[in-house]
Amino acid sequence: MSDAASPAYPTRWKRPPQMVTSRFWRHALTIGALVYLVLAIGTVEVNWQRVMVGLERGQRFVAGFLQPDFTSRWRDISTGLIESLTMTLTSTVVGVLISVPIGIGAARNIAPAWLYMICRGIIAVSRALQEIIIAIFFVALFGFGAFAGFLTLSFATIGFIAKLLAEDIEDIDEAQAEAIRATGASWVQVINYGIQPQVMPRLIGLSLYRLDINFRESAVIGIVGAGGIGATLNTSLSRYEYDSAGAILIIIIAIVMLSEYSSGYLRRWVQ
Amino acid sequence: MLSVEKLTKVYRTGDKALTDVSFEVPKGQVVGLIGPSGAGKSTLIRCVNRLVEPTEGTVRLNDLDVTRLRSGELRRARRRIGMIFQEYALVERLTVMENVLSGRLGYVPFWRSFTRRFPGEDIAKAFRLLDRVGLSAHADKRADALSGGQRQRVGIARALEQDPELLLIDEPTASLDPKTSRQIMRLIVEICRERGLPAIINIHDVVLAQQFADRIIGLQAGRVVFDGGPAMLTEEALTRIYGEEDWTAMQQSAAEDEAAEAEERAEAKKMMRAL
Repeated sequence: MSDAASPAYPTRWKRPPQMVTSRFWRHALTIGALVYLVLAIGTVEVNWQRVMVGLERGQRFVAGFLQPDFTSRWRDISTGLIESLTMTLTSTVVGVLISVPIGIGAARNIAPAWLYMICRGIIAVSRALQEIIIAIFFVALFGFGAFAGFLTLSFATIGFIAKLLAEDIEDIDEAQAEAIRATGASWVQVINYGIQPQVMPRLIGLSLYRLDINFRESAVIGIVGAGGIGATLNTSLSRYEYDSAGAILIIIIAIVMLSEYSSGYLRRWVQ
Repeated sequence: MLSVEKLTKVYRTGDKALTDVSFEVPKGQVVGLIGPSGAGKSTLIRCVNRLVEPTEGTVRLNDLDVTRLRSGELRRARRRIGMIFQEYALVERLTVMENVLSGRLGYVPFWRSFTRRFPGEDIAKAFRLLDRVGLSAHADKRADALSGGQRQRVGIARALEQDPELLLIDEPTASLDPKTSRQIMRLIVEICRERGLPAIINIHDVVLAQQFADRIIGLQAGRVVFDGGPAMLTEEALTRIYGEEDWTAMQQSAAEDEAAEAEERAEAKKMMRAL
């Protein structure tokens, strides 16, 4: 009961500082950070003349975007689009197929140490290199076109799916796998019965998510010569055909949104 | 028959979980393993099928030295040892039938288990066991759709599907209510009697252990401090295992629980007769 008989308790309470307990250092750090921010902004040189010219070009671009032209370059757009979609689907399927064994090998709780090191190494290499750099490399190796794009996206998918799958396997309920092991099951049977059912919904979800990442990436790597809708976009931009470029961007946005909604729906369904 | 000799387990952290544990379990005997949390009960039963590697000592199952086996032989030995777990440890997203059939994994090649094409006699046995534990209507449900007591029955069926020569049972009633606990314990003991199966039941409920086990082994800090019939488990022995506590009051309230349950059963029988 909170009546007049117990007046001794305070009515105000503040959360004690968690990271820096000294009042002096707390203020010093805040002020230091602000001063650094101001100085850093001061060093950025802005050429206002070029900004003005750029703004003008930007205006034309926005105008093109508002009046997209789907028809005059439709043949190029549809070829690029089909190439991109093919690249996306094939690279996701191949990438996921390769990632599953690598992901299993990279899970500390089921793989022996030597295999763990190898698989983590593969993942690290795949994640260290950004898609564009890999695309430039593959274009140099195999020439312009969708094949270089397919290889790039497959390679990038391995790093993504294998890492997240491995982490998911490390987070499983060990008791279920232990129970399967206790029946005398072999290593592959433990994976098939004790682990796969626990990680499958997430693997499907990640694959769908990667599918729409790969589509977006296919538009980017096209700019460096790896084929697909990105190549078409690059061509129309360098020809100053902003209305066609606007049309391409709208198509990309529409497809990404569509895959976003459908993958969300599918992921709920597989739970 | 199971014989454990001078079993010692030291974890890599330096914690000594078991020290010189020795005992024998003859065919058909149900042993209740009691002791406070951290006494090494879980470690002990996991050393028997080597889910935990013992540091020293031997475990013999019908003259097979389990502690010396290499991985392939160990898998064949594990098929002969059924295990039932605390929190059931069913594979939640698999069906009840798949969970029961997983007891045959050590006997079938990978392609059969992967395609779920188990031999006919294994499937028949699984149905018979599900019927025995009273779940034949639930074979196609997912394991996570069942209640706690039902899940533990699936766990029992999975262990029996192995045709085991020994049952290791880790806290079978830890997540169940008192009434379901007694039902599960009764089922386990009945099945052990039917098949002449020896069992080690790791259990922290002293009263349940006394009521259902043929023999009690008390562990305290990794050592056996009591080994005898349930009637020999005096207040003095309990204090040796757990330390000071009001044992009489605890046993009284458990006895009341049981009396109430017996009354309820008699009542139900009367109703059945009336119908």
